[in-house]
Amino acid sequence: MRKTRVKLSVKTKRTSAKPPLHTSQPPLDKWALRLYIAGWTPRSVIAFENLKLICEGELNGKYHIEVIDLLRNPRLARANQILAVPTLVRRLPLPIRNIIGDLSDAQRVLVGLDLIQSATPKRNTKAS
Amino acid sequence: MKKRIGAYKRTDIPKAPTSIDGFDEVTGGGLPKGRPTLVCGGPGCGKTLFAMEFIVRGALAYNEPGVFISFEETEQELASNVSSLGFNLKDLIEKKKLWLEHIHVERGEIEQSGEYDLEGLFIRIHHAIESIGAKRVVLDTLESLFAGLPNALILRAELRRLLGWLKRKGVTTVITAERGKGTLTNQGLEEYVSDCVILLDHRVIDQSSVRRLRVVKYRGSAHGTNEYPFLIDKDGFSVLPVTSLGLNYSSSSKRISTGIHRLDTMLSGKGYFRGSTVLVSGTAGTGKTSIAAQFVEAACKRNERAIYFTFEEAPDQLMRNMRSIGIHLDPFVKKGLLQFHATRPSMFGLENHLSTSINKITEFKPSVVVLDPINAFVIGQNHTEVKTMLLRLVDFLKMKHITAFFTSLASADEDFEGTDVYISSLIDTWLLLRDIEIGGERNRGLYVLKSRGMAHSNQIREFKLTNRGISLVDVYVGADGVLTGSARLSQETKDEGEQVLRRQEISRQQAGLERKREALEAQILVLRSDFEAERSKALTSISDEEMTDKRYAQGKLKMAKNRKGDKVEKYNTRKNR
Repeated sequence: MRKTRVKLSVKTKRTSAKPPLHTSQPPLDKWALRLYIAGWTPRSVIAFENLKLICEGELNGKYHIEVIDLLRNPRLARANQILAVPTLVRRLPLPIRNIIGDLSDAQRVLVGLDLIQSATPKRNTKAS
Repeated sequence: MKKRIGAYKRTDIPKAPTSIDGFDEVTGGGLPKGRPTLVCGGPGCGKTLFAMEFIVRGALAYNEPGVFISFEETEQELASNVSSLGFNLKDLIEKKKLWLEHIHVERGEIEQSGEYDLEGLFIRIHHAIESIGAKRVVLDTLESLFAGLPNALILRAELRRLLGWLKRKGVTTVITAERGKGTLTNQGLEEYVSDCVILLDHRVIDQSSVRRLRVVKYRGSAHGTNEYPFLIDKDGFSVLPVTSLGLNYSSSSKRISTGIHRLDTMLSGKGYFRGSTVLVSGTAGTGKTSIAAQFVEAACKRNERAIYFTFEEAPDQLMRNMRSIGIHLDPFVKKGLLQFHATRPSMFGLENHLSTSINKITEFKPSVVVLDPINAFVIGQNHTEVKTMLLRLVDFLKMKHITAFFTSLASADEDFEGTDVYISSLIDTWLLLRDIEIGGERNRGLYVLKSRGMAHSNQIREFKLTNRGISLVDVYVGADGVLTGSARLSQETKDEGEQVLRRQEISRQQAGLERKREALEAQILVLRSDFEAERSKALTSISDEEMTDKRYAQGKLKMAKNRKGDKVEKYNTRKNR
């Protein structure tokens, strides 16, 4: 069960307690992120790894990533209006944000997550 | 001989019938089964409705469950939009005949980072198909993906993959797309869908809207290539191919009266053929409507039903006007034998007129239908459309053996023997009314221009509107040509005067002759009496002579006796002369 393994690996990183930087949102206990994939394709793996890197860098462990494999739960695609994969959904803090793609452009991910507002390049993550 | 001789047996590709009126006729059975079809057209041309009918009718009529993926309207919107057509989507969804799914794509809510694919969409479609065992899929409108998702290059590749995937799944797919400038679709989707492309068009010509459908391509099958008019009405989508009705109706040889005795006589004594098409054309005020009304009245008097479609006059006004010439239609309306339907031609498109007329006719089942006047439909240059519409109506009426009566207003300067709508070839009996202008007055003349299948009169009749209906009078045909009205009357009076004079002359001559004869006889009488007088005189003298002779002889005899002489010869006395 890949899904459970992923979830476990994410859970281990929830302990650190630094407040998130560069955020316009009020401080939260925990960010709720969801990554929708359609099976563990190379693109899904890249997206997941990119997400982890960004979260580690910006959220200091105050986040929770849930990976949903649509091949296993096709109903969720409709319920959450997922079309493209991979799709990263920021469920908390509100409002909900969607980012599609393998998240190889960290800058755009940060913009999408509302972590930065300016367009200054920060760093490059692993590209596909 | 049904098939050509040969080793190869021709087979058409399998088709998925749509059950949309007329569409299956045009395409020879429906959409290509198991393949994608592109339906494109401008906004408001009925793409979504076409797709929805394809799914709903497929589920209802052919028990083929269908998936409707909507990118634009939500499930509730779709359901309420088509409920007016009598489609109960909720019920179909509950019965697992239909799967409605709204896919929400909003450009503003989506950020792209790196490459992506549409596997999510694939999964959703796959899940939908598997859930109900769908045979039909609609994607409406796929192009909104281009507006909703970034990176058109990825989208194109993904759409190509999607269509191939759907084809391999063997579902009959309808993809709708907005029409682009110069191309069939905005995003060039026609490149991916190569099996069947249908173009819907909604155009406005001279302020009236017309809808057209055309099968642009249909791989592996023969199809109608024309532009077919279609309508969207309360029963949904229907294509009206002219050719689908055909010319194979049977024809009745029964006849029905025109309501005008002398007109019946002109039409070889019996009137129109039942189920034929009658046209009355003429300039303004020649009495077209009156002839129509008289015909309707005659039909109602025979207890037949009639529908009168009037496009210029309100029913009340028409009935009032007809009362003035002694045609009473109101009782028949009350009795339910006669229906009036008054609409302005400009109220809706021709196709709509046609479909409402056909609906009314189907409901009421009349034996007589009047359209007054047909050229009210001609707005601008839409002659061909009007002709097509009438052609279809005529075909429909003929199949039902309904006698159609059209009136057509001819403009005065135009060629009389042609009509505005060029439908002369459709007409079986054509009455022409015309003004005859002589001696400072206008009179109406009627003649039968043509009447198929009967020996009709070639005479022109004067057509009179009296307070007891229409009557036809012989026109005066003399040395000075055709005379009508007062000119005819004065000519007739003149003729009568001349006749009187001639008669007087004759009797005078006869009297003279008589007198001569009498004179002659009197003369004869005089002559005869003269003669009688002479004769008796002569006779008297003759007898006198004889007496004298006798006496002379006797005297001689006596003398001889006295003288005792020789025996005397006896005298022969002459008798009458």
